[in-house]
Amino acid sequence: MKSLKLTLAASAAAIAGFAASGASAQEDVKACFVYVGSATDGGWTQAHDIARQELEDTLGIETAYIENVPEGPDAERAIERMARSGCTIVFTTSFGFMEPTLKVAAKYPDVKFEHATGFKTADNVATYNSRFYEGRYISGVIAGSISESGIGGYIGSFPIPEVVMGIDAFQLGAQSVNPDFTTKVVWANTWFDPGREADAAKALIDQGVDVLAQHTDTTAPMQIAAERGIKAFGQASDMIEAGPETQLTAILDTWAPYYIKRVKAVQDGSWTSEQSWDGLKDGILSMAPYTNMPDDVKALAEETEAKIISGELKPFTGPVTLQDGTPWLAEGETADDGTLLGLNVLVEGVDGTIPSSE
Amino acid sequence: MIVEAILLTVITASTPLVLAAIGELVCERAGVLNLGVEGMMVMGAVGAFAAAHATGSPYLGMLAGLATGAIFSLLFGFLTLTLVANQVATGLALTILGQGLSAMIGESLVGRAGVKMPSFDIPLLSDIPFIGPLLFDQDLFFYLSIAIVAGTSWFLFRTRKGLVLRAVGDSHASAHALGINVIGIRYLAVMFGGACAGLAGAQLSLVYTPQWTENMAAGRGWIALALVVFASWRPWGVLLGGYLFGAVTIGQLHAQAFGIAIPSQFLSALPYVVTILVLVIISQNRRMTLINTPAALGKPFVPDR
Repeated sequence: MKSLKLTLAASAAAIAGFAASGASAQEDVKACFVYVGSATDGGWTQAHDIARQELEDTLGIETAYIENVPEGPDAERAIERMARSGCTIVFTTSFGFMEPTLKVAAKYPDVKFEHATGFKTADNVATYNSRFYEGRYISGVIAGSISESGIGGYIGSFPIPEVVMGIDAFQLGAQSVNPDFTTKVVWANTWFDPGREADAAKALIDQGVDVLAQHTDTTAPMQIAAERGIKAFGQASDMIEAGPETQLTAILDTWAPYYIKRVKAVQDGSWTSEQSWDGLKDGILSMAPYTNMPDDVKALAEETEAKIISGELKPFTGPVTLQDGTPWLAEGETADDGTLLGLNVLVEGVDGTIPSSE
Repeated sequence: MIVEAILLTVITASTPLVLAAIGELVCERAGVLNLGVEGMMVMGAVGAFAAAHATGSPYLGMLAGLATGAIFSLLFGFLTLTLVANQVATGLALTILGQGLSAMIGESLVGRAGVKMPSFDIPLLSDIPFIGPLLFDQDLFFYLSIAIVAGTSWFLFRTRKGLVLRAVGDSHASAHALGINVIGIRYLAVMFGGACAGLAGAQLSLVYTPQWTENMAAGRGWIALALVVFASWRPWGVLLGGYLFGAVTIGQLHAQAFGIAIPSQFLSALPYVVTILVLVIISQNRRMTLINTPAALGKPFVPDR
């Protein structure tokens, strides 16, 4: 009943909005966000919050958020609070919110839910993610072009498919310009510990790495790279301030286009539960300016980016061999999304192991 | 040279652990269990970073970190010593409060350029190969940590005041009967612990990673607490333990980069595993535990009126 009313209201508002050349607010849609970190953490959560503000400004709708929600029993209460307080659509932006989101969604069938980086859906629960690996492939191309030692360093957080995918994409990118390139991997086993990330960076640099990538959230590795005079890639946010002469580029999470698209879908009643996995071409992922590299490398990076956007280049395309020498992808074969989302193998040239729980 | 490079990073990683643990050791020797080390550390880190950022001087930053830790610990002192609140609960609350408060204070400092404390090389000595760069070309925090450990050891076991402090920690009733100001001494010990934790935090935001990020202590306060037990309340044991933990932390990262196939999760957990092992070994020898554990640890003291 409520959804019918909402649809009517939304269409009425849309018509009114159309009449007033789209300037009027669609007050019936309220988009809410549940964050795992603080809205100003300078990384993951801040990227979502910037997108939330952009959504509010673009569509003129009301938004709300709760920050610092731990992944645990509290998450369910926080999400339920949002669902009860008149939110039309609730975005939950951490992997650990998956089960709580589904539970709350079952109780509030009229509210739409969108869970970031999850894989379980329901009639009123959609998931969304970003193809970060496209950016990491470009980083790899740059690393392979500028590295003198031919050894790149990669600070991993946890051995989950998302991170493994990034390491492989980085190595494949680097390999495409320097077949002898190797990527040394060190697992920090944390998303967020500046001290440990700095130690990992130092360990890698001490062992001969001259270009550094990270899949952890603080700017500490960038700082160490700057201190030791090597180049590095930023993660999630533009980290240029931590290394003005160090950062080559950074992978930026730009969720706004997706949020705007989905809220518009709610407004015009076309919202359905789906699993979205967009990338560079959709604007959900973008690259920080290419800096601190020779012009030809910059041109190559831009060309690679353009090819990925046009679909001409897919990072996970054969021939690809695994670390232990077994063939994985045949010539011209492209890994499908299902394979990527469950990826737990490293490709040839990666110097490291996926820690197993055996 | 890789060994020297590794040892240099071990020193940076160990210093905050030693600093925070030595402060807690004195506090516990006076009979007060303050589980708020983590909270005092992050407060020290944000205080130090803010002051260094504002003045451009890492030394003023260091002092600010020390002062922030000491002042923040007064809150714990007031609640547990004057109002006789439960020490364990208050300590835990202090950690939670410290994490929240420091995040709030530091909100505008996230991502700001830090001020790194320069190393202070001791002429001639720093020219000695290998040992020179390791021991005589360090930042002030390293020298301070060694000095505080040595000073604490001397104070506790070689001075009358140290004896009094230990007496307060072992039997506050007897000490009180002898006319010793138990509460006063405990206040001082709590503040010393706070100051050291603040210094440890300052090391994080001025040397380890010269930046401010929320919760940047990342559990090091808890390791420091474990270290005190690990060292069975002996100052030099804290130094040894701190360096052992630092070495394990750094060693596991290098082991990974060398391609040694040990699960990294296990290696990351190693410091905690070592603590548990040592606790088990210590507790096997009951006499050894009893010699050093302050008998009145964690027990509130209410003077007769």
